[in-house]
Amino acid sequence: MTPTLVRLRALMHKELQAIVGDKQSLRLLIMPVIIQLLLFPFAATLEVTNNTLAIVDDDGGAASAELIQRLTQTPAFTRVVRLTSEAEARSYIDRRRALIVLRVPARFSESVARGEPEPIQIILDGRRSNSAQIAMAYIQDILAGLPLAHIERRPDGDAIAIRHWYNENLEYYRFILPSLVAIITTVSALIVTAMSIAREREQGTLDQLLVSPLTPFLIFVGKAAPAIIVALIQASIILVGSVLGYGVPFQGSLLLLYACIVAYAGALIGVGLMISSVCSTQQQAFLGVFLFTMPAIVLSGYVTPVDNMPYWLQIATWANPVRHFILIAKAVYLKAAVFQDFAANVVALLIIGVVNSGFALWVFHRRLS
Amino acid sequence: MNVQTRRLLTLCHKETLQIVRDPSTLLIALAFPLVLLFVFATGVNLDSTVVPLGVVLEDSSPQARRFAETLAGTPSFRVSTGHDVREMGDRLRASAIRAFVIVRADFSYRFLNGYAPTPTLQVITDGAEPNTASFAAAYVRGAYEVWLREEMKRQGRPLPSGYTLENRAWFNPSTLSRNFLLPGSVTIIMTVVGALLTALVVAREWERGTMEALLAAGISRFELVACKLIPYFGLGLIAYVLCIVVTTWVFGVPLRGSIPVLMLVGATFLGSALGLGLLLSTALRSQYNAAQAALNIAFLPAMMLSGFVFEISSMPWPIRAFTTIVPARYFVAAMQTLFQAGDIWPVLWPALFGLGLAAVGFIGWTFLITRRRLE
Repeated sequence: MTPTLVRLRALMHKELQAIVGDKQSLRLLIMPVIIQLLLFPFAATLEVTNNTLAIVDDDGGAASAELIQRLTQTPAFTRVVRLTSEAEARSYIDRRRALIVLRVPARFSESVARGEPEPIQIILDGRRSNSAQIAMAYIQDILAGLPLAHIERRPDGDAIAIRHWYNENLEYYRFILPSLVAIITTVSALIVTAMSIAREREQGTLDQLLVSPLTPFLIFVGKAAPAIIVALIQASIILVGSVLGYGVPFQGSLLLLYACIVAYAGALIGVGLMISSVCSTQQQAFLGVFLFTMPAIVLSGYVTPVDNMPYWLQIATWANPVRHFILIAKAVYLKAAVFQDFAANVVALLIIGVVNSGFALWVFHRRLS
Repeated sequence: MNVQTRRLLTLCHKETLQIVRDPSTLLIALAFPLVLLFVFATGVNLDSTVVPLGVVLEDSSPQARRFAETLAGTPSFRVSTGHDVREMGDRLRASAIRAFVIVRADFSYRFLNGYAPTPTLQVITDGAEPNTASFAAAYVRGAYEVWLREEMKRQGRPLPSGYTLENRAWFNPSTLSRNFLLPGSVTIIMTVVGALLTALVVAREWERGTMEALLAAGISRFELVACKLIPYFGLGLIAYVLCIVVTTWVFGVPLRGSIPVLMLVGATFLGSALGLGLLLSTALRSQYNAAQAALNIAFLPAMMLSGFVFEISSMPWPIRAFTTIVPARYFVAAMQTLFQAGDIWPVLWPALFGLGLAAVGFIGWTFLITRRRLE
């Protein structure tokens, strides 16, 4: 073994000791993974369920009775309240007690019997316009299936067949689980690299490292190793939990995903080193980590799709490693994607890693001389 | 002025000097919220705009081509055509398109000669993006409906009208998702700013050894907690006002509630956010660990469990129960109501109560675990 390797091994040993030796920081690396794995997949849903539908029935005829009866059968509305006036409806919406108020016009049943149904009025809570619109789409589906007297059946029947690949019932937890791998490793890998260098600098131990025979490059490698290990362990916990706990089968190549996790950790380490190279205190490094993490997560497709962003922003997100890895994790996990499908994203991750660590190394050397 | 007040003022003065001298604190309070607000305003959008859609035409009849034109004319699609279903499948897997439509060879024949039980249009979406997938499916249905009416009219047998809905959205008539997402994102920003401001302050004193100097000066528990809260509270309020001004004036989100109520809600929330940061800092006593805890405890739950994007009422009950201890949840409800509906007290009272309880709880807890002795 060359002296360099011996030194490197000793350094990595020290870095791992810093994490494993401190019970508190070990807990902080493992607990959030488990809590988020338990909570977030259930929380992250844009489906609408368990809501209250309020109805103002000015008609009271047979057609409105049938309509109301059909509406109560969807899981979107578990509670139906009958109101008598529009004023009452307003206070229901105001107080967020109902998401939607449906108003059946007077003589509705008559108009249905004539075959020219009068429009049904719907009042939505615009504060929650997304949920309200999703709920309205459910209502529209129900209306489409409602028989209408005196009118011949539509000539086309079921002309359209819709299939959702990779996630047949569009369950949101299947979409969130692979992304969680990205989100959780982001936070840890950045903190492990950026904060630990800032801590050494603040406590003066960085100078000790620098006067040792270790080169800045080796010090960086020593800081990178624990970040990669932490990322791999956290990712494994989430993957095992997703497959065994949530029963979402892993479709692609596990080896490919792990290779990509290493590439992603590399990109994060680069960003972490870059942040730490321009900060002199832990407070500043902490701020740097937040300043990077929050926009990176918001603009990653984790909460709302990248496709919905303005075009220039979609281009700008190419500099965001989280975006690339979320795409890769979903593609490999859910879609059994092969390397060619996302080669460009892996290259982007590698570039982000190399450019940032190169910059950090340059700043480091300049400070030394 | 008695001695106690003067001492507290001196301590606050010291803390303020530290804030002013460290540019990073001012950056947190003033620049950071603006950057984030901009990111949220441009990057978070639930109104699906343009879906990349593939079309495979197996039928080359005029009807089928007119249907493809209808799809291409829908502003919600960016259409690319292909001939091979397998190639489209590969593109879907590679996320180059989010859905594709196969127009079967018997599409026009079936349309003209009566329908068979088998569908002649197949829509395949990328279920890995559920929101986009359901939008895409609905848009294709809509385009089909438009095409069908046109074709029936061409044949001289227009379709009868079915049930129709006439909808009005109160508070947000244009149903722009930005109008409810931005007041919600102010919540997330304030959660983070609050935690950032205080998460390190106590741990820093311990790590730098200056805590010993403070203790040697005979500082009381109350003074220690108060001097760490008051200056940051002021700074947090400035950040809050900044957020509101930008949300309303720059991004044009209507504000219907009154300013005093808005400030009251914001101040109460700030109390809970600063309290949480201070609690983490006091309990963990290490800047490194407090930083990590703040990201995991403040930022991520505020984003996922507050009702900011994901509706709380749609979550299963154990998660709903858990959200009751997330202060951001109350702030989101209050902010969405204040911005879009006005001062509606039946919504605001419970929110204020929850926030007040959280503030008192976090600060009280911090007070209890604040140590005045060196071990």
